[in-house]
Amino acid sequence: MSSPDFDLDARLGKPWKKPPFVQRPWLRYTLWMGFVAYLIAAWMTIEVDWARVYAGLERGQKFVLAFTSPDFTTRSSDIYGGMLESIVMTVAASVVGIIISIPIALGAARNVAPLPVYLICRGIIAISRALQEIIVAILLVAIFGFGPLAGFLTLSFATIGFLSKLLAEDIESMDRVQAEAIKASGARWTQWINYGVQPQVMPRLIGLSIYRVDINFRESAILGLVGAGGIGATLNTAFDRYEYDTAAAILILIIVIVMALEYISGFVRARVQ
Amino acid sequence: MPIHDTDGLKTWQRRTGRESLSHWIMWLIGVAIFAWCWQQISASTTWFFVWDAPRIANDIWTRATPPRWEYITQLGEPIWDTLNIATLGTIIALFLAVPVAFLAARNTTPSTLFIRPIALLIIVSTRSINSLIWALLLIAIIGPGVFAGVIAIAIRSIGFCAKLLYEAIEEIDQAQVEAITATGASRMQVMAFGIVPQIMPAFAGIAVFRWDINIRESTVLGLVGAGGIGLQLSASLNVLAWPQVSLILLVILLAVVISEWVSAKVRGAII
Repeated sequence: MSSPDFDLDARLGKPWKKPPFVQRPWLRYTLWMGFVAYLIAAWMTIEVDWARVYAGLERGQKFVLAFTSPDFTTRSSDIYGGMLESIVMTVAASVVGIIISIPIALGAARNVAPLPVYLICRGIIAISRALQEIIVAILLVAIFGFGPLAGFLTLSFATIGFLSKLLAEDIESMDRVQAEAIKASGARWTQWINYGVQPQVMPRLIGLSIYRVDINFRESAILGLVGAGGIGATLNTAFDRYEYDTAAAILILIIVIVMALEYISGFVRARVQ
Repeated sequence: MPIHDTDGLKTWQRRTGRESLSHWIMWLIGVAIFAWCWQQISASTTWFFVWDAPRIANDIWTRATPPRWEYITQLGEPIWDTLNIATLGTIIALFLAVPVAFLAARNTTPSTLFIRPIALLIIVSTRSINSLIWALLLIAIIGPGVFAGVIAIAIRSIGFCAKLLYEAIEEIDQAQVEAITATGASRMQVMAFGIVPQIMPAFAGIAVFRWDINIRESTVLGLVGAGGIGLQLSASLNVLAWPQVSLILLVILLAVVISEWVSAKVRGAII
């Protein structure tokens, strides 16, 4: 409340009002007006077929009820095969992605790499982050054919952008004193990385890697929609056939695995940090 | 500190013998798992296609360039739809996420035993299922179109927003809340004047951050029929109109870059 134009006499006797979130009044009102205008424009252009929505409510209810009696058995071999393929893709892509992203992260850290290498590595990261998994998957399926190889390559590619960027930021914010002490002892460049840099970023690398495994599994569940392997194909088929109980079973499995991964990652991150 | 002693020469080592053995075994198991996974992938891959891939990639590249620029006139409406899906989805998600977050935060939940687990379950289940899957589901229920996309994005974002928001609520300064309570404020007033001002910056940041992610996700929702520019993408892919595909991909890339820039600017202004 210590604004420069605070005038006690003018304020006395008036009730207190909560200060607004956006201080400048003209900006506040312009934002509100723009927001309302946008909402109206957006609402006008969206065509909602309310009769269709209403007709669908019954099906929606059926789907929600399917969660109380998920059907794991009828298509058990499809579910099992798809799940296994998703997990295999996740593991393989995470391993390869992490291995590739470590050198790229070193190259994208300004305090480790020279400028040309830095620019190249930052470019790789930018490309990988700007392209979404599903679009990369479509292109890779067109090139490499249907199957988990395309999914594996997609996830590896996406892992590189995510992990390299965050790891490079961590390397850039490391403690220089420790790294310099190792250098002063006459260490080679590799030794400097191994004993000066690596111990400082290792906890973060492990935490990020496990988090990425989690993301990769979630993404692997949709890659099947475009033919890149995994549980997504089975799920799509189940929706197409209106087999909601099978779809519910798959969704429950996905949620359970993601929860387990999240629990493991929390446990591991608490231990390494 | 493990020191290795050979012929009176003491050398420092990073790990003791037992530690390095257990490390070695862990690496062995890891490598074995990876090798097995690779075998599985390799077994279900048609390697002939893979060896042929450079030629195919080259072929697609020559077909896709140059992009069909005049097609851009037909992309205006899909882009507007995409923007609407992301924005309206984010707004709906925020409305739904706020109560969930207050129910999930340890210091504001009415009951840690019953309501908090339910709120956490909502957060986990909406978060762990991708928006494309939500879209598939909603298309089966309410039919294809922009509306299904909006709802899919909204449901998917609840968990994300609520999780970040309840973490922000748990980190608030309790002294301010106590000060408001001491003035005799009701429960709602404590929330409005003690908690909400503290989480407002976090809330705005989360909203913009999620909006940015939603722009990305809504560009591909059309692949399953939920409206937006993805619809054009899948139509072009189906007829193998590669020059159109490359133009659409460029537009998507541009939209993603712009939304990221806007979100970074706004977050920079807030924080």
